[in-house]
Amino acid sequence: MFRASFRFASISSALVLLLAACTGGGGSGAPASAASAKGPIKIWYSNNKEEVAWGKAVVAAWNKGHPNEQVTGEEIPAGKSSEEVIGASITAGNTPCLIFNTAPAAVPQFKKQGGLVALDDFPDAASYIKARTADRADQYKFTDGKFYQMPWKTNPVMIFYNKTVFAKAGIATDNPPLKTYDEFLATAKTVVAKGGVKAAIWPSPTSEFYQPWFDYYPLFIAQTGGKQLVEKGEPQFTGADGVAVANFWKSLYEQNLAPKEAYQGDSFGEQKAAMAIVGPWAIAVYGGKVQWGAVPVPTKDGKDPKDIHTFSDEKSIGMYSSCKNRGTAWDFLKFATSKENDGQLLTLTGQMPMRADVAGTYPDYFTSHPEYKLFADQANRTVEVPSVPNSVEMWQTFRTSYSESVIFGKKPIDQAFKEAADKIKSLVSGG
Amino acid sequence: MAVVSARRGGRLRTWIGRDPIGYAFIGPYVLFLAGLFAYPLLLAIYISFFDYFFAAPGAEVDRPFVGLRNYAQILGDPVFQRALLNVAEFIIINVPLTVALSLVLASALNARLPFRAFFRTSYYIPYVTASVAVIGVWLWLFSGGGLLNGVFGPLAPNPSWLVNEFWAMPIIALVVTWKQLGFYVLLYLAALQNIPKELYEAAEVDGAGVVRRFMTITVPGVRPATTLVVILATIVGANLFTEPYLLTGGGGPDGASMSPVLLMYRQGIEQGHAGYAAAIGAVLAIAVMAISAVNRFVLERE
Repeated sequence: MFRASFRFASISSALVLLLAACTGGGGSGAPASAASAKGPIKIWYSNNKEEVAWGKAVVAAWNKGHPNEQVTGEEIPAGKSSEEVIGASITAGNTPCLIFNTAPAAVPQFKKQGGLVALDDFPDAASYIKARTADRADQYKFTDGKFYQMPWKTNPVMIFYNKTVFAKAGIATDNPPLKTYDEFLATAKTVVAKGGVKAAIWPSPTSEFYQPWFDYYPLFIAQTGGKQLVEKGEPQFTGADGVAVANFWKSLYEQNLAPKEAYQGDSFGEQKAAMAIVGPWAIAVYGGKVQWGAVPVPTKDGKDPKDIHTFSDEKSIGMYSSCKNRGTAWDFLKFATSKENDGQLLTLTGQMPMRADVAGTYPDYFTSHPEYKLFADQANRTVEVPSVPNSVEMWQTFRTSYSESVIFGKKPIDQAFKEAADKIKSLVSGG
Repeated sequence: MAVVSARRGGRLRTWIGRDPIGYAFIGPYVLFLAGLFAYPLLLAIYISFFDYFFAAPGAEVDRPFVGLRNYAQILGDPVFQRALLNVAEFIIINVPLTVALSLVLASALNARLPFRAFFRTSYYIPYVTASVAVIGVWLWLFSGGGLLNGVFGPLAPNPSWLVNEFWAMPIIALVVTWKQLGFYVLLYLAALQNIPKELYEAAEVDGAGVVRRFMTITVPGVRPATTLVVILATIVGANLFTEPYLLTGGGGPDGASMSPVLLMYRQGIEQGHAGYAAAIGAVLAIAVMAISAVNRFVLERE
């Protein structure tokens, strides 16, 4: 019996070792000459129908003029999130050359995995990015000073409000009192009391790491005049401004103006909430069914809208290290972000290309689509998530302390934020 | 010379057995086990001793050996401690409830009932339905504006069930019990076929009622199945992931329904700490084996 088991174990172990030997080696990265190599490439774009239409049009236009450098465009494979799909694909070594849906918060992790190409490998990359995006481009540099992503398009977030609900509650619909925290709280109370809605605003109160981007972070950016959560390795949210924003949200939760339970559906579209924090994509979604208005996010004492910064909700383009024909990939990247193709993106999706002056670059579009003008103005003042090591863990740490202190009120904000800041400081230093 | 070869032949036969063709038959399954179970398990244990993350093939990355540091960190991690307590609470509610309900239901479904096949199928349907779909129904029942709060009115808890620290985990235990019940009923139904009918008839002649017959014949008669149900329910409970991920929005409220596997997903997949996540998996596997050993000891002793 023992001998039979031993034999079985010996054979199994041999097989396991054989498998380990087969899978342990892996391939090799592309050679240094890849930066100038030309030939066919593959790209992934997002799977919403507007971006698919844009992707197909751009690929077709490129392929027409480049018979020896054909581009194959595919929708990003389905998964829990694009970031998980990309992360798995990096590990498997089968990423396409370019992905037009790379989240800036995931870039540090992809870089750590050895999955991204530094665009600085191309002599004209830094100058091209700077010329297209101007000063905001600096936010997309990693801590080593290199671009591992090209900033592509932004959905600057603002407050959307339902004019019908506001009118029912007796609140002005054209210039509603939403500039200061006091005004916002008073308006919130009124709309819940008289507007026939369950909530004034209903951001998801769940614990995913990315949720702060649609509640705390836009208001933090506005209140601090455009700071990132962490700057030069130092967390910024423990200061008076950061705590003031947290106290504002805490008031909304304490007074049940913002529910502590996630809504299973679209709270704004189904008119359960009077307001929402959204980008210009919302115009196409709600345009037909809600009488909407948009204003910048509030600040403590009310700033001039021209001075208000907000969260970018931006997506970048990443070039992935499994790419062999990087010369073609770089040329296609510039082609896809040319003035003409950026204009096509704006026309088909309503999302703002990461250009220095979107409104001035495409005046005809904004004349025929005036409702997008407000977002185009706001697009000039967007702030990104910090491009730092352990980015996702940093946001998860922040979200956990925010849930504990702001949403559920179990710990004083000062104390929870201080503890989170200490941990985050260590994380972003690579510790 | 001939003697030496015969001895060699004897040694070879001892090593490969009298019918080496048998290896060809078991070969595919051994390969399957080695590739999909043994190799990942050993790799997971290996990477739990490193500051490991998944990297591109051929990428030059630094993944240093850290010894037992991952284990030391998780044992001191308050989030992991909370997750272990949560899953312990889950198992304490889920396992006895599963055993009791599935045995009672199996006994009922074993009797001559009208529409017996229909009922047997009905109890099995939740088990084969995707968790994502059934969770939609439970969300509709337990959310703040859901059916249950409508029935309870002012007696409903505040905050509501799924965002209430006290209720979140018991609700999840209830959902999982309901979802898995069909499978365990099936195990008990099979076990019930092994109890001779004469025992029930004799007990009935002796004047034993329904409850007495159930307690003195059915319960001891299905004891091996009970051991299996307890161990399987414990393993399923320890692997809790989908329900806290979807029903309570990622282990909420404020970590009250965080489970070790959800934490593994967060650390290993979302945050790129595969070594740390593997250490959580190893600790969880050891804990489950220990609980299962205790269960077997308690349930199988005479």
